[in-house]
Order: sequence, then structure tokens, then C-alpha cells
Amino acid sequence: MAKVTNFFHTVFVKAIWQTFFVKWIWQTFCIAWVHDAFWKNLVVKKWKFDRWKGWVYLLPAIILLAVFTIYPIFNTVRIAFLDDYRNAGHNAGEVYTMGIENFRWVIKDTLYFLPALKNTMLLCFITVPISTFLALLIAVCLNAIKPLRRFLQTIFFLPYVTNSIAIGMVFMAMFNVTGHVSISMDNAQTLGVVNIFLQAIGIEPINWINAGSTYWSNMAVAIIYIVWNALPFKILILLGGLQSVNKQYYEAAKIDGTPRWRVFTRITVPLLSPMLAYVVITGFIGGFKEYSSIVGIFGDDMQSAGGNTLQTMVGYIQNSLDPMSGDGEGVASAAALILFAIIFVVTMINLYVSKKKTHY
Amino acid sequence: MEEFSNENVEVNEALPENEPQTTSEENSIGSLVEGVMKEQDIKKVSAKQRAMKIAVQIGLYVFLGIMALIVLFPFYYMLAISLKEFNEYYLLSGYENLSELQQLYPQTLAWHNYVDAFKTGVLDRLFFNTLYVGIVSTILSLVITVLSAFAFARLEFKGKNALFAALLATMMIPGELFTITNYITVYNLGWEDSYKVLIIPFLVSIFYIYLLKQNFQQIPNELYLAAKVDGTTDLKYLWKVMIPLAMPTIISITILKMMGAWNTYLWPKLVTNDEKYWLITIGLRQKFKAEGAKPQIPQQMAAVAMVSAPLFLVFIFLRKYIMKGVSRSGIKG
Repeated sequence: MAKVTNFFHTVFVKAIWQTFFVKWIWQTFCIAWVHDAFWKNLVVKKWKFDRWKGWVYLLPAIILLAVFTIYPIFNTVRIAFLDDYRNAGHNAGEVYTMGIENFRWVIKDTLYFLPALKNTMLLCFITVPISTFLALLIAVCLNAIKPLRRFLQTIFFLPYVTNSIAIGMVFMAMFNVTGHVSISMDNAQTLGVVNIFLQAIGIEPINWINAGSTYWSNMAVAIIYIVWNALPFKILILLGGLQSVNKQYYEAAKIDGTPRWRVFTRITVPLLSPMLAYVVITGFIGGFKEYSSIVGIFGDDMQSAGGNTLQTMVGYIQNSLDPMSGDGEGVASAAALILFAIIFVVTMINLYVSKKKTHY
Repeated sequence: MEEFSNENVEVNEALPENEPQTTSEENSIGSLVEGVMKEQDIKKVSAKQRAMKIAVQIGLYVFLGIMALIVLFPFYYMLAISLKEFNEYYLLSGYENLSELQQLYPQTLAWHNYVDAFKTGVLDRLFFNTLYVGIVSTILSLVITVLSAFAFARLEFKGKNALFAALLATMMIPGELFTITNYITVYNLGWEDSYKVLIIPFLVSIFYIYLLKQNFQQIPNELYLAAKVDGTTDLKYLWKVMIPLAMPTIISITILKMMGAWNTYLWPKLVTNDEKYWLITIGLRQKFKAEGAKPQIPQQMAAVAMVSAPLFLVFIFLRKYIMKGVSRSGIKG
């Protein structure tokens, strides 16, 4: 019994003693710290300011970003899930219920949203491969010549420094039917400048954008313009990549007598693959946000004279925001979230594929 | 023999393949006739190769030339139409019998299109608005960007890295998501139809901060410490050392920002109903609507040419900065 008591006693006392000891250390430490901090504050006030100076420099940026970038991310997600949300400024005091009504509305919108989705997808998946391939071809050719390279490079960059609405209007004028409004295909001399060239190489003139034109001829004009517009950036990036490729690979291939095509597919493309991946990914992201080039060619309503709608996703979002005729900010937010999801998924797939194929 | 060896050297340059070595072996053996024949063969081969090379080069130039013409054609045609008469463009009275070749260039130079377009489009107002918004937003944006980039690059403070990572993460989100809420915000603030609504909401670009921060970090920290020892204030150091050293990047940002103001369409269209605040793209699209069977296309092209001209001028003079900026940023505006 005594043994047990003794045991308890020892443990108990030890525990208390230890606790107090710990507490004592803790107290000492705290006092020391407060003391220290107090003196430091008094003596080196500037030191304290230095710790916050960074935030002072960042203040204007932080305020603007908080209001116009950070807050919108959360708010847009919020209003996408508020049924039939419209800006409170229009009809104040209304309470909205949470729900997925906006998404349901968007997905069922066969008149506007689904055509917009289809157009965007088509434009994206057609223009990106074409423009990437053409840009690669031009960049490789530019890389293979010496005289005039700088000059040609500048020319190929020109479409970049343009206003996409303005040049869209030029493309409209190029494909426009001049001459008789009632189009008879046998009267071929009055069918616009592009058709003049087509006839010169023996192709029947096409009604591109005027009344009676088909959806695909409208699309073709949009695709040609978007590719024309997308080339300069891609050429710039790919040519930059080509010029940084180590020349030794080519010399080795030359010594082995490798044919040009094999050099291209086995050396140039693999070594360029990071640049190609970059160009394709940015191309897809830009393609899904296609908007102003269509507005440039077909006008604000994004409808061709042939009665086909060439609405894109961004155009749909824009129209939904119209206070008079739009479906409201809730619907716009839902569409924007869907657009974001699509871009995110496509970018992830692109990254996955390029990681597998990229040789770095 | 000397002659041949000379030839050999030449061939060696033209053909880095195996053959020259074999010829030199043959020569060293001393069979004169055989050597001559070999030389001729090699000459033939090298001539063939040279011809091949020239043909390929010609092919390259032809291809690039055609592509360049295609790229340039819209610009040429814009100018061509802008100098055509209305009737000439549509092949109406007096111009019915233009041949296909004649349709490619203006018969007479109708400069009056430019005057008409200027009047129809009220282009002076549009140019002023665009320049005003562009300049003010560029200056403000530069000040904010430089200060933030400096803070991120040089100063130590709590939460710096977390903040920077968070800001970079927002770059992945498409701008349309911001646009919707910003539209609501400015509407509720009552900012519609004003200059500030065009300037303030998209003033800060995280990408430009990132770009400048990278540039600032390349400047050795010793300079900063030396300046500190000398008692220079941070702002003075920033102004006297950092900004001059990062000037190319700052110029790139300036140009891209100005080009952005020149090209932006979506946001101004949402928030400006009043013609007084229209920017150039809005005005161009609204004033020259392609309505009816025969829109005034020559006039429209004159307006387009006038709108495009400043961009080209800037490009001609600042090509280097633009191409450098674009290849690093990959964004338009």
C-alpha cells in the first residue's frame, strides 16, 4: 500500500512540479518577448514600417484588383446560382433564390446559346490547326532564308498591329458582292474581288456573305479572317523558337544525309514542341473567346445577310447583359462559367498531351 | 598535282560528305586520269547539289512571297476601295464595263471619301476619346505597375509570395467573368457614360506587374543596398536606377496598353451608350453599319484606313519593342 501511495505521490508531485516549471519558463519567455518587442518598437520604429512598406506600395493595385478582379470572381459565381438574377439596380430589393435555373435556361436555349456554342467550337477546332500549321510552315521557310528575312518577318507581323473590327470590315468588303444585287452566277464579272481571283484559277464564284449565302460560306469567311489574324503571333513565337534551336542537330543530320522531310519531322518539330504547345494552347484560349472578328465582318448582331447566326459564346454573354433585351446577369454568368469550364478542360487536355509529346 | 589538290580543297568546302576523302586517296595514289574523272564527277554532283539548293531557295522565296502578298492584300484593297467612287465599287452607272483587272484598282482617286468619312463618323471626337482614355489609363497603369513590381521584386514583407501566387492564379480566368460583375458594379456606382468607367476597371494588369517584376529582379540587389547605404530613399532609387534600367519593358507595356485602348471593343460597348464617350472601335462599327443592300463601303474603308494609320505609324517606329513585348506577353492589349 505504501509503495502504491509512494508511487502516486511521486508521480503527482513530479507532474505538478513539471507543470509549474513549464509554466514558469513560459512566463519568462513571454515577459522577455513583450519586453523585447516593446523596446524594439520604441527604438527602431523604422524597422516596423519597413515590414509594411511593401503593402503601401501595393495599395493602389490591391484596391483596384480587389474591387475589379477578386470580388468579381466570387460574385459572378454567386449570381450564376441565383435564379434569374438581374442587377439590383434595375429592380431594387428583389430577393433571389439559390438554384441552377440559369444553367438550365442556358442549356435549353436552342435559339441562341447552343448555336453560339456550336459556332465557337467549330471556329476553334478549325482555325487553330490551320493557323498553327501555316505558321509553322512560314516560320520554317523564314528560318531557311537569309536575305530579306527581316523584311518578310515584318510583313508577316503586320496583321497583328491592326484593329480587328476595322480589318474585319475590310474582309467584309473583300467578300462582298459588288454589282448586281440579284446574283446570277453567269454574270461573273460583278461578284467581288475574291471571286475574281477564284475565277482566275478556275473556281466558280461563291456567294460569300450576301443575301442567300449559306452558313458554311459565312463560316469560311470568318475562318479565313481569323486565320489571317492569328498567323503573326504564331509565326513570331515559332520563328523565335527555331532560331534558338541548336544548329548542331542540323549539322549532324546533314552529315548523315537525312532528307529534308525527315529533318523536319524528327528534329524541327520535336525541338519546337514547347513553342508549338504554347501556340496551340493560347490559340485555343483565344479561339473560345472569339468575338470582335465576327463583329467586324457581320456587324453587331453577328448575323449574316443570309440569315445565318454566327453568334459566339462571348457574343452570347454580351447580349445577355443588355438591360433591355438580355436574359440578365445571372444567365450571362452561367454562360461565362460554362465557357470557363470548357477553356479549362481543353487547356488541361492540351497540357496533358503536350507533356506527353513535348521533348523537354 | 598542285592544281588537283587546290580543287580538292574547294570540293571539300562544297561537299562535307565522304567523297572528297576518297578522291584525295586516289590522288595520293597518283593515277592522273582517274583523278581527273573523279574531279569531274564531283563537280557534276556538287553542281547538281548547288542547283538543288538554289531551286529550294527559289521555292522558299516564291512561297513566302505568295503568302506575303496574301497577308498584304487586305491592306492594299482597303486603300484601293477607299479611293474608289461609290458607283465604281458597285459597278453602277458609268462603271458597268470595268474589266476584272480594272476592278482591282481605283480609276480615279476619290479623296473626298476621307473627308466624308471624317464627317459621317465624327472621327475627331472618336480619336480624341480614344487618345484621352489611352493616355490617361497608360500613365496611371504604369505608375501602379511600377510601384507594385518594385514591391514584389525588392521589398520584403509578410505574405508577399502568397499574394503574388494568388494574383498569378487569377490570370487563368477569362476576362468575361470579370466583365459581368464589373458591369453591375459600375452600373450601381452610376459610372455609366463617363471616362472613368473606360479607364478605371481594367487599369491594373497582373501580367504587366509580373513582366516588370521579372525585369526588376534582374537588376542586381547590390545596387539597391549601395543606394541604401548612401541614404537614398526607395522612391528616388526606383526613379533614378530601376526605371531607366527597365525602360525597354516599360516602353513595351506602354505600347501594348495604348494598342489595347485602340482595339478594345467589348467593355466600352457595354458601358457607353452616349456617343460622347464612344471609342474608335465602337464608333467605327456603329456609324458605318452595313445596312441596306448597298452600304457606303468606300467611305467605310476610308474610315478604316484612318483608324489603322496610327497603329501602323507606331509599328514602323517602334517595331522592336512591339515584337519583343508581344513575344513575351502573347496578348493583344
